[in-house]
Amino acid sequence: MAEHDHKLIHAFGALAELGQEITNKNNFQETIRTSLHLISGALGIMRGAVARFSRFGHELNMLAIRGLGDDFPLSLSLTLEDERQFLSCGLTPIDIQQAKVLPFFQVYDASFERRGLELFVPLVVRDEIVGAIFLGEKATGEAYTNYEKEIVCAMGQHIGVAIAQRNLMAEIERHADENRQLFDEMRSTYHDTVKAFAAAIDCKDKYTEGHSVRVGKFSEIIAMELGWGKDEIEGAAVAGYLHDVGKLTVERKIINAPYRINAKESKELNGHPGVGYEILQPIHHPYTDVPLAAKYHHERLDGRGYPDGLYDREIPYIAKIVTLADSFDAMTTDRPYKARRPAKEVVEDLQRNAGKQFAPELVTAFLGGMLKELQGQDKTKRFRRLLGRDYMEAEGIVDTLKYTLNEMAPTTPMTYVAAAGQVIL
Amino acid sequence: MTTQSAVVSSLESVDGTAIIHAGDYINKLSGEQIEHECKRKLDEGCKEIILNFADTEIVNSIGISILLGVIDTASNKGAKVVFSDMNENTVELFEMLGLTKHVTLA
Repeated sequence: MAEHDHKLIHAFGALAELGQEITNKNNFQETIRTSLHLISGALGIMRGAVARFSRFGHELNMLAIRGLGDDFPLSLSLTLEDERQFLSCGLTPIDIQQAKVLPFFQVYDASFERRGLELFVPLVVRDEIVGAIFLGEKATGEAYTNYEKEIVCAMGQHIGVAIAQRNLMAEIERHADENRQLFDEMRSTYHDTVKAFAAAIDCKDKYTEGHSVRVGKFSEIIAMELGWGKDEIEGAAVAGYLHDVGKLTVERKIINAPYRINAKESKELNGHPGVGYEILQPIHHPYTDVPLAAKYHHERLDGRGYPDGLYDREIPYIAKIVTLADSFDAMTTDRPYKARRPAKEVVEDLQRNAGKQFAPELVTAFLGGMLKELQGQDKTKRFRRLLGRDYMEAEGIVDTLKYTLNEMAPTTPMTYVAAAGQVIL
Repeated sequence: MTTQSAVVSSLESVDGTAIIHAGDYINKLSGEQIEHECKRKLDEGCKEIILNFADTEIVNSIGISILLGVIDTASNKGAKVVFSDMNENTVELFEMLGLTKHVTLA
């Protein structure tokens, strides 16, 4: 076989390997290092380098170097004239010895000559400089033939695409980061707006100041106790914050009435869930059930609620959560016509109304969370902060909670025996 | 001394000479093993590296590049590189790419 054919076969083998290397999902740095090996090995080149072009710094930064010594510059600046020239040449090997008219080759002349660099190949992809290849002398000592320059071009094209692809990926990652940041900012703006709305709703009613905020927090606690995910917990909190938004359209004197309101006033007040739904429905919430929670937070499992008198399974789950949080707050705060009720009594009320007004599993989850805090298993002090330490630590509350939970969700041996019909107390 | 496929072995250096046996296929993995072994011997002060290719059947482009690197490193350290026991194809390949110009053949 003629030597020329032999060289061609060897170079084709290297080109095939290069294609494989670049399409493999290897580490980028390693891919470039291997690519340099493949060019060097294909043509028997003693030394060389591959650099990436930084369009911000207008410089070529080395990605892989072979045999150029530790003092070879790792970053080489380009002037605009150099860039224009390289772009117009495209992917064509430039003979360094004959290109000294360009500032780039004048500035780095000594460095290139000391290392015997002979060829410079600008890597141009889609009319953009993405990098460059520097190649030193061949081990044979002969000059590069045209056919060898073509091989260098073909291999350079692969390497250029690999660099361009890497740049694109980095840009996509950067955009993704920016989007994430933007989303977080929007999310925080949304929550601030929701809280501002809740404060506006609460301003209408001086006796129930902070009601919407507390219902938001209680709804959040229930969702947490149910083991929901972060987004769903946030959604429950928002539903709680906004459940009474319809009250913005109810006369202030009706909301603040220090007496039992008449039928007409009652009709206006009872319209607030529907109005709330109308207000919230056109808004694109990240959590879909927020308008439904506003509309149905006065429904009851036994069908005696309003506005639609829905039964258990007809009521959206989020509304059941807000109903419990809303009623709990009503019972534990002073109202114009009713004083705050002791915690023990409230717990008993929740138990009594579980299955009628409230979903039993929600009552169990909520009271379970309360017991965990009082027994020190939960250190967040969520209930103490919302209801006050003295109120939550009233005598007998822990026993009442234990008893209630045991009755509602039997887990202890005592209830197991009781269920078997041999009651031992 | 024999070597397994793609595995490199080297004899203890005697009088500043190290003998390194290349495997049957010199690619990136085995090439880097050879490179590492040569570097170690040069760092130990060896002035002559004998690379034995008795078992070598194929050398790919990455293998060529790595061998050129070994030659360059040895030359920078003032050490001599000897290529020994190459088969006909390997000699032809090394000659074509100019490696044989920089080493002693044995």
